[in-house]
Amino acid sequence: MPDLDVETLRQDFPILSRTVRDGRPLVYLDSGATSQKPTQVLDAERDFYEQHNAAVHRGAHQLAEEATDAFEGARVTVADFVGARPDEVIFTKSATEAINLVAYAFSNASAGGDLGIPETPATDRFRIGPGDQIVVTQMEHHANLVPWQELARRTGASLRWLDVTDGGELDLGNLDEVVTERTKVLAFAHVSNVVGTINPVRELADKARSVGAITVLDACQSVPHLPVDFDELGVDFMAFSAHKMLGPYGVGVLVGRAELLAAMPPFLGGGSMIETVLMDHSTYAAPPQRFEAGIPNQSQAVGLAAACDYLSQVGMDAVAAHDREITQAVLDGLAARPWIRVLGPLDAEKRTGSVAFVVDGVHPHDVGQVLDDSGVAVRTGHHCAWPLHRALRVPASTRASFGPYTTADEVQAFLDALDRVPSIFGVAV
Amino acid sequence: MDLYQELILDHSKRPQHAGLREPYDAQTHHVNTTCGDEVTLRVHLAGDGPDARVEDVSYDAVGCSISIASASVLAEEVIGHTVAESLHTFDAIRSMLTSKGEDPGDEEIIGDAVAFAGVSKYPARVKCALLPWTAYTDALARAGVDIADASATKSGV
Repeated sequence: MPDLDVETLRQDFPILSRTVRDGRPLVYLDSGATSQKPTQVLDAERDFYEQHNAAVHRGAHQLAEEATDAFEGARVTVADFVGARPDEVIFTKSATEAINLVAYAFSNASAGGDLGIPETPATDRFRIGPGDQIVVTQMEHHANLVPWQELARRTGASLRWLDVTDGGELDLGNLDEVVTERTKVLAFAHVSNVVGTINPVRELADKARSVGAITVLDACQSVPHLPVDFDELGVDFMAFSAHKMLGPYGVGVLVGRAELLAAMPPFLGGGSMIETVLMDHSTYAAPPQRFEAGIPNQSQAVGLAAACDYLSQVGMDAVAAHDREITQAVLDGLAARPWIRVLGPLDAEKRTGSVAFVVDGVHPHDVGQVLDDSGVAVRTGHHCAWPLHRALRVPASTRASFGPYTTADEVQAFLDALDRVPSIFGVAV
Repeated sequence: MDLYQELILDHSKRPQHAGLREPYDAQTHHVNTTCGDEVTLRVHLAGDGPDARVEDVSYDAVGCSISIASASVLAEEVIGHTVAESLHTFDAIRSMLTSKGEDPGDEEIIGDAVAFAGVSKYPARVKCALLPWTAYTDALARAGVDIADASATKSGV
């Protein structure tokens, strides 16, 4: 496996050479919120606009053909990148929308009436109501929690969840009691966006399948850091977002097993997603078009494909190995500072992408402000995972998160900046 | 760092008038949704209208040093004053906080709150400093104060 040459790779990210706060070099440790973008991604978007721009799937001219080829080519690239088939890849505006798309398939199927699609036996798997259960985990980003709370509210199904241990891992001790024959959907994160825990996807997917429940995996924090293969994971749906994996804003991806997508009613209605439109009703196109209403996010999809190509060229095994090294260095550095408490697993093998921690007696906002004063960008707060923080009995945390461009020197700069915290706030070291 | 003035750190470590007390006329709970800072705040007034006296402000604050110190300074600056005076103080603090570093604040009007002048250079932290104040004005409104009318009242200033 070729090593990741981080210094060469950084040349592709102009923003990483800028300074912040009175000339201090930027140390960007907030890739969990959004990654920086290489020039290859920006160039791909610009090239689309400069050379091929036209509305896809419409128009009888050459540019329309080229734009359609670029957009559908992006679908193939993204599918290859995550081990799916192109017709299993749906472009959404975000991972949040991708998860909502699945949640609304459930409530739209449950609302009754003619769904405008050729129903299959699998359509019944999306019908949910009182007595049925939706299962999530305490570890979820709000994007994989709130849509399910709302689905429960709309349909009368009940919401249950798997707890998190004090060590920041999923508590599977009562898996058999929580996931039962009444469970219609099991939604969970591949990797926690706060504590970085890598969850046992296969075990959860097998359990869900044994009771006939549909699995929805939030892969936002895994796809940027680990080789991810949709087929191997064994889940039914998987959502991730481009902007966390070196790609642009405004495009997320839903990957769904073809036979389930075919059985699902649409989410958003409008142009592009129809088969025939009459005055009083319509019928709908086959997936993936059924789920891509309106003009699609073409240039962003092309940018995402460029990000996939970029990561493939670096090699996801190399990205993952680099991430492990950085995570280990951060964990070692924090362990040497007894006034810091790391949240989540202390074993670098069990996590990826980010390390969240607390300094007892100092609010994370204040920790983050001191780091910022040294040019170190981290995120503070609850990171859209408020229930997880409650479960870990902390109001908020400071999170350092990494990308393929993160260097060992940056880890040292982060640790040095942290060492300013105790003296400013009078913490005993 | 000019943000963390001694006064702010002192107030955050030893918040004045902290804790929730009886009696009170109204209570509010405000949350900074971006970071989860929370404050529960009670006001106890004597009298009616702009000249009502703020007998007590009590609070329970969970948050960063800026929001806790701000709650502490708020209690110090408004207890014993009229509602109109306290809103005048808030106006002066708010213009300082939202001045992006242009307005250093007038110690004659806002007292210890001048220590928060540095906060105005950090837009993300302005919300932290304002949180207790928005909870306070909301509590006044719930206690029956007409905020617009009381803010416009110059009496007692």
